[in-house]
Amino acid sequence: MTVVPAGVTPTKAAIRREAEAPQSLVVSFGADKPLMMDAGVALAPVTIAYQTYGTLNADKSNAILVCHALTGDQHVANPNPLTGKPGWWSTMVGPGKPVDTERYFVIASNVIGGCMGTTGPASINPATGRAYALDLPVVTIRDMVRAQAMLVDHLGIDTLFCVAGGSMGGMQVLQWAASYPARVFSAMPIATAARHSSQNIAFHEVGRQAVMADPDWCGGRYLDEGKYPSKGLAVARMAAHITYLSDEALQRKFGRKLQSRSAPTFSFDADFQIENYLRYQGLSFVDRFDANSYLYVTRACDYFDLASDYGGSLAAAFKGSKTRFCVVSFSSDWLYPTSASRAIVHALNAGGASVSFVEIATDRGHDAFLLDDPEFSATARGFLDGAARARGLPPPPDQTPTVS
Amino acid sequence: MSGKQPAPEPKLRPDLYAVAMMLEPKSRVLDVGCGDGTLLRHLSERHGVDARGIELSQRGVNHCVAQGLSVIQGDADTDLADYPDDSFDFVILSQTLQATRRPRDVLDNMLRIGKHAIVSFPNFGHWRVRGQLLVKGRMPITDALSYAWYDTPNIHAFTIRDFVALVKMLGARIEEAKALDESGRPMLVNVPWGVWNLFGVQAVFKLTRDT
Repeated sequence: MTVVPAGVTPTKAAIRREAEAPQSLVVSFGADKPLMMDAGVALAPVTIAYQTYGTLNADKSNAILVCHALTGDQHVANPNPLTGKPGWWSTMVGPGKPVDTERYFVIASNVIGGCMGTTGPASINPATGRAYALDLPVVTIRDMVRAQAMLVDHLGIDTLFCVAGGSMGGMQVLQWAASYPARVFSAMPIATAARHSSQNIAFHEVGRQAVMADPDWCGGRYLDEGKYPSKGLAVARMAAHITYLSDEALQRKFGRKLQSRSAPTFSFDADFQIENYLRYQGLSFVDRFDANSYLYVTRACDYFDLASDYGGSLAAAFKGSKTRFCVVSFSSDWLYPTSASRAIVHALNAGGASVSFVEIATDRGHDAFLLDDPEFSATARGFLDGAARARGLPPPPDQTPTVS
Repeated sequence: MSGKQPAPEPKLRPDLYAVAMMLEPKSRVLDVGCGDGTLLRHLSERHGVDARGIELSQRGVNHCVAQGLSVIQGDADTDLADYPDDSFDFVILSQTLQATRRPRDVLDNMLRIGKHAIVSFPNFGHWRVRGQLLVKGRMPITDALSYAWYDTPNIHAFTIRDFVALVKMLGARIEEAKALDESGRPMLVNVPWGVWNLFGVQAVFKLTRDT
């Protein structure tokens, strides 16, 4: 059992539990197999917490790696052990869903720097016996992908049938395709960008400053001190949450509606429904996410600039790629707008890669990739079906082949 | 692919059939303005072609991708410039050139991106079109050109002779040409351009850069 320091609430204890002894499959790599990080550190030991769904076929050709977004986790299609809510992509992954677990073997792992069981700042540093906190080297998207490659190796899989993910997960997809082109048969980067824009970095910096300005952050050592920077992390989440939604959707959902009152109170209470909603989003977030992890994963996104690893040319990152790509953007996403996806598509075309590109019309903003959208589902299903035919995977039992 | 007999040849629009006949099997093809992907699907299934598409309408793109075709949402006028030289064996533009903003640049880009360009278009020189303008004095509306002047997407009307002149101006070479009559049948070859220009409802040209 994990020892819970005094002053830590039961929920915070649950966060620590998932960080140290997750309700997940776990694989650990010792000093003989360190994670070679961009920061120049060989990290060991490294633990990766992951989930799998479906069955790996005999020739191991039906594996799909799902990469999670900033505050997502490996619980893609099962109830989340911390929140009890359905997995974050249960609309997309499951039996009969576009990512059909009756056909495909789905793997999802918690990223390096995360807090759901994979090595991150809340994990115990074996050198000190305390949580790493800020002693963990700064993590990059490429580090996350290297760790996933170690997991895929461990599972004995050479080539992934598909790597898919949205937002920060989409960055991992792009990194996979660039770093391991021969191991990625198809790729679905969704609502993402090949580099973080100045505005993207700016919003992340606001979040990090909110966390670090909270006195209970304790220079990152809050776990040792039995404290938790709930207020700072909640504010960070509130600011970030606005970027996940569109102006239009906020107006439609909340407008200027007042919260359980008929007139403004002339105070700084949450008069407006939108204020109440954001406060709720902030408060519920701190019950499921580690504050230092938030610093690490936001930083990883900020450092992401795929072209910079290829002499400034994004096309060079994909040159000669045999991977089949399906790039998806959402019309009202202003965090990773369609223009960012188009830049990826142009680079893929210039690199001669096979690419599909769909912009889904929606007013639901960046978060649309997590929501049930018929057009999006049909796109993902059609793309995977086409790729499965090309890969020689058998069609689903209830579907007669249309191609000879 | 698995040794089964292919299903009977599906009915393809006559101009698309003419386009398909000009392609070499197993080649790399870009279909610009691929619509619902009918031609792409036909080419990849029947001709073993590595077929990609560009389509302006989201509806068309989503339909194509949902069928497993490699199609991107894009505009012939703006997005062809991003493709490197010689990235395809054939670049196809079906019934779209007259609807582009800069047809000359589009054709130029097609010839640059592909080793060959195949263009099909409605012929504004057909005698019915001429007749309507001559007799009624109104902008013509025919089966092939079915829009009123105020809502037509066909903003750059041209004839077979106009097209031949543009090809010459661009320094390209006509490798093959077909005119289709009112029932979609190919017309006689070895007749003067003027005959095609008068009786051809639409035309299909295969071009290459003159090197």
